[in-house]
Parts: sequence; structure tokens; C-alpha cells
Amino acid sequence: MAETPSPHAASDCCHDEERRDFLALTAGAMAGVGACCAAYPLIQSMNPAADVLALASTEVDLSQVKEGQSLTVVWRGKPVFIRRRTQAEINEARTAPMSDLKDPQKDEDRVKQSAFGGKDMPEWLVMVGVCTHLGCVPLGQKPTDPHGEFDGWFCPCHGSQYDSSGRIRKGPAPKNLEVPPYQFTDANHIKIG
Amino acid sequence: MSHGSPSSFKNPVINWIDTRLPIFTMLQKEYGTFPTPKNFNYLWSFGGIAMVMLTTMILTGIFLAMYYTPSTGHAFDSVERIMRDVNYGWLIRYIHMNGASLFFIAVYVHIFRGVYYGSYKAPRELLWILGVVILLLMMATAFMGYVLPWGQMSFWGATVITNLFSAIPVVGDKIVTWLWGGFSVDNPTLNRFFALHYLLPFVIFAVVFLHVAALHVSGSNNPTGIEPQTDKDTVPFHPYYTAKDCFALVLFLIFYALIVFYAPNALGDPDNYIPANPMVTPAHIVPEWYFLPFYAILRSFVWDIHIPFTSVVLISSKLGGVLLMFGSIVMLLLLPWLDRSKVRSAVFRPIYKKVFWLFVLDCLILGYIGGKPPEAPYVMIGQFATAFYFAFFLILSPLLPKYEKILPLPKSISEAVLKKS
Repeated sequence: MAETPSPHAASDCCHDEERRDFLALTAGAMAGVGACCAAYPLIQSMNPAADVLALASTEVDLSQVKEGQSLTVVWRGKPVFIRRRTQAEINEARTAPMSDLKDPQKDEDRVKQSAFGGKDMPEWLVMVGVCTHLGCVPLGQKPTDPHGEFDGWFCPCHGSQYDSSGRIRKGPAPKNLEVPPYQFTDANHIKIG
Repeated sequence: MSHGSPSSFKNPVINWIDTRLPIFTMLQKEYGTFPTPKNFNYLWSFGGIAMVMLTTMILTGIFLAMYYTPSTGHAFDSVERIMRDVNYGWLIRYIHMNGASLFFIAVYVHIFRGVYYGSYKAPRELLWILGVVILLLMMATAFMGYVLPWGQMSFWGATVITNLFSAIPVVGDKIVTWLWGGFSVDNPTLNRFFALHYLLPFVIFAVVFLHVAALHVSGSNNPTGIEPQTDKDTVPFHPYYTAKDCFALVLFLIFYALIVFYAPNALGDPDNYIPANPMVTPAHIVPEWYFLPFYAILRSFVWDIHIPFTSVVLISSKLGGVLLMFGSIVMLLLLPWLDRSKVRSAVFRPIYKKVFWLFVLDCLILGYIGGKPPEAPYVMIGQFATAFYFAFFLILSPLLPKYEKILPLPKSISEAVLKKS
């Protein structure tokens, strides 16, 4: 009995405790990693499912849209504004001073330059019709809608005003209306997404 | 427990159970003989009323869930079917729908009572924080419940509120897509909101249990804000407060029934009887009345804050509004430490008493502004009201005790009660 040191002996306790702390820490860390691994598929399951992602592109026929008219189509559950702009609207968008813009962007960069057959398409403006403030659909697609002070779109929710290039000019929205990825498949058709 | 006094209930069945699981002893201790300050007024009944409302909501909700279909194509119609074809469906739905409003009324009275009588002060800080957690859970549950009928306000309310998270820098848009399970509020969103709307009330129930458990450690506050010292200051919970609370509950339920039977849609928005249309935003989006003050705070922040001398936006007006709105709840969480007064009850704090009523008025003004369109002069009134809301917590609560002359405090609850009569 005398030779075997008691497990509670003072000299031994601290050494042993360090070992236990180490074991507790590593076991705890492994359990933490395990919990994260288990949580990952659950959290990831809430992201868009494969069939939702598969519905990501829409084809649109533009042949019926005359100058000064607008068309609203659905893409990924959101409205997309397509507007065939008049020359006056294009001029207005292009002469707006950059210093007036909250989210500075040239009108040229918001339409297709050298699209189908190398032609510029300044009259076709394609944008996601969702206000960048809190996601309402701005008014301005119909001739009878309010267009705001800048001949564009007006959001009824919190009063954001977009110009004829869909750029934010006034109100709480932080960004211009988003231009979705799209391309001209021929002179009269675009594919969004 | 086991080595205490053996159970001595007259009913042998209860006795048999209690010796094995002392649940009746516990009930007797916590709700029977539990010593409670003898000077409660009717404001102290609203905790119990809120508890009854929670139970009512869970009960009616379970029966509604038996007929509701959480799918964008069927949700609206299934709710209309409940209203027209399901036996007493109209009654169960109107009880549930207006129950949310009545639950919030009870809880708001309960919170303002706590603010007036200083119920959040030591040693009841954690009890108060659990209460704020319950409020947050209630807000999330009510918001998701409002989405389920899939009307215009359901859809656009969901769109606006989930878009708040896009204000978070860098990861905001990813979080919103994750919340939606798609690229807009759609079927996956409706499904998960239904799942969570069913789950959260049970989480609330669990937190209420903790809230009450903490209450039974510290004991209740009372209108004098002075702790009970002797047996003279308290009465057993039963029958004194069971009777008082029942009377208050009956009056509350009469008011509830009047709304359910005579004005079931008065508190709702008629636009929510139009099926959801993702292509058309209603002209005027408003949340339910119990969210209006917070909505007004959200909209009161209209400036972009730039990094000095650059055009780089540090806090956009959108992010600022979101921070303010969440900040308004954080203020409640911090109130036990913001208020430096050693005296609990406003009864003995003549200036605080006036400031408190100004604060109540301010919350009502915020509620009014939240229901108005964001135009002049509403925006500016909302900004002043928001400033006062935060000033109440950040300036008045810490500084007032330095300048306020406290009225003489009674020595005990029973002295205060006897002096009155």
C-alpha cells in the first residue's frame, strides 16, 4: 500500500488534472466539429432546391413591343421589366450628370452594347422589377402609372424613384434596379438567366 | 423532496402519484400557498391572461392546421374553405386571428406595467430578459402566421420583412435567398413558415416555463416596489389571486368575444382577402397593428452615413433603419442596467412617472406613424418620436435618478396598504 501512490496525492493530482483538461478539450472540440457537420446538411437544405434552380431561365418574344411600350415577364418568381425606350428617354438617361446619381452607373452599361449581330440595343432596357430597398414592385410599366420625377419608375412602398435607365435617383433604395443576365438570341428574342 | 413531509392528499390516487412524482406538492407550493404580495392591482393579472392567450392560440392553431394547406396554389383557398365549409371553422379562425392581437395587447400591458413599477430591477433582470425573449419569439411567430393565408399583405409583408436581412453587409443577399429557399417569397418559403409557425409556440411555452420558474425564485414585484418582509405583507396565491385573476380574465375574454363576434376583421387589413400576386405590390403596405411602432422606427432612418470626406457609404439608410429597429428591442434587454434608480416603483418617482406616460404616448405616436404613408409630415414626426424612444432608454433612464427627488418610501407593503385605507 505504501508503494502505490494514492490517486489523490498532491503531487499526482495536478499532472492528472492537466491530462483530464486536455482530454475534455479535445473531446469537446471533436463534438463541436461533429455538431457542425450534422448541422450543415440541415442548414443547406433550406437553400434553393435543384428544381428551383432549374427554373432559372426564361425566353421572351419582343416582336409585339412597340416603342414606348413595356412588358413584364416572370423570371425566378420575380417580375422582369422590359421597356422599349423612346429616343427622348434614352437622351434623358444619357445626359443625367453622374454626380446626381446615388449608385453611379452609365446608361450605356445598363443596356446591351453590340448585342445581336454587333448592333447596339439602347432602346431595350431589361431590369428586375424589384425595388432594391425592401423588395416591392415599382410602378411605371403602364402609361397610366406614376413614373416619378425622372420619367422612370416609382415605388409606392417607401417612395423610391428610378430614372429612365432604372437608376435610383431619390428615396431610400440604395442601388439601381438590377440588370439580370440576359442575351439576344435574335433581333426579336431574349433569353433571361 | 423525498425526505420532506410525506404527501398527505385526501384522494388516494393523487397521494399514490404524488409519492412517486411530487407534482401535486409542487403545484400546491407554487400556485396554492405561494406567498404573494397582498397589494397587487389588476395590472398584475395580465401575465396570467397572456398565458391563457398562448394556450388559446396553440389550441385553435392545432385545429386550423388540420384543414390548412401550406402550398401557394391552395393556401388561400384552404383558408376560405375553413371560413365557409368547415364546421365552426369561421369561429376557430376568428378566435385564432384576433387572438394574436389580444395576446399582444395582454403582453404590451404586461411590459408597460413592468416598466412603470420597475419590475426589471435586481434581482429580476433575468426574469425580464426571458420576457423580452418571449416577445421576440411572439413577433416571429405572429409574422409567420400572418403569411400563411397567402393574401396580398401576407405576401408583401413577407417580402418586405425578409428583405430587411439583405441590409446585412456582404452576406445579406445570400441570407435572404436561404430564408426564401428560392429567389423570391414562394412555395418553399410558405412551407417553412408553416413548419416554424407550428414549432415556435411550443418554444414560447418552454421559455414561459423558465420565465415563471424565475418569477417563483424572486417572487413577484408589487405596486410599491418594496420586497415583502413579513407574513403580513403577503397572501397565499390561492384563493386570493386565482380569484382576482379569474375576474380580470373574464372581463378580458368579454372584450375578446366582442371583437370575435362583432368586429372580427376590424384589426386586419382588407387587402389580405385578395390572393397573393407577386407581380403587383399593394399601394400601401402596412404590418399588423402590433408591429406599427417598430415599422415607424424602421422608416425613420432616411440618411446614408458616409465615411468622412469620401463618398463611401458606411451605413446605408436601409441598414440604419434595420439597426434602429432591432436596437429598439435591445433597449428593452438593457433596461435593467440603463435605469440607475435604486427605487423601483414610479409611485415614488414623481418625474419618472411623467416621463413614463410620455414614453407610452410616444409609443402610441410611433404606432400611428407606422400606419401612415412615408410622406411629410409623418416621416418627421416619426423621427422625433424615434429620438424620444431612444432618449427614454439611453438618456432619461440613466440620468434621471441623479436629479429626481424621491418621495418618502413606506416601511413595508402592509404599512403602505393601511395608510391608503
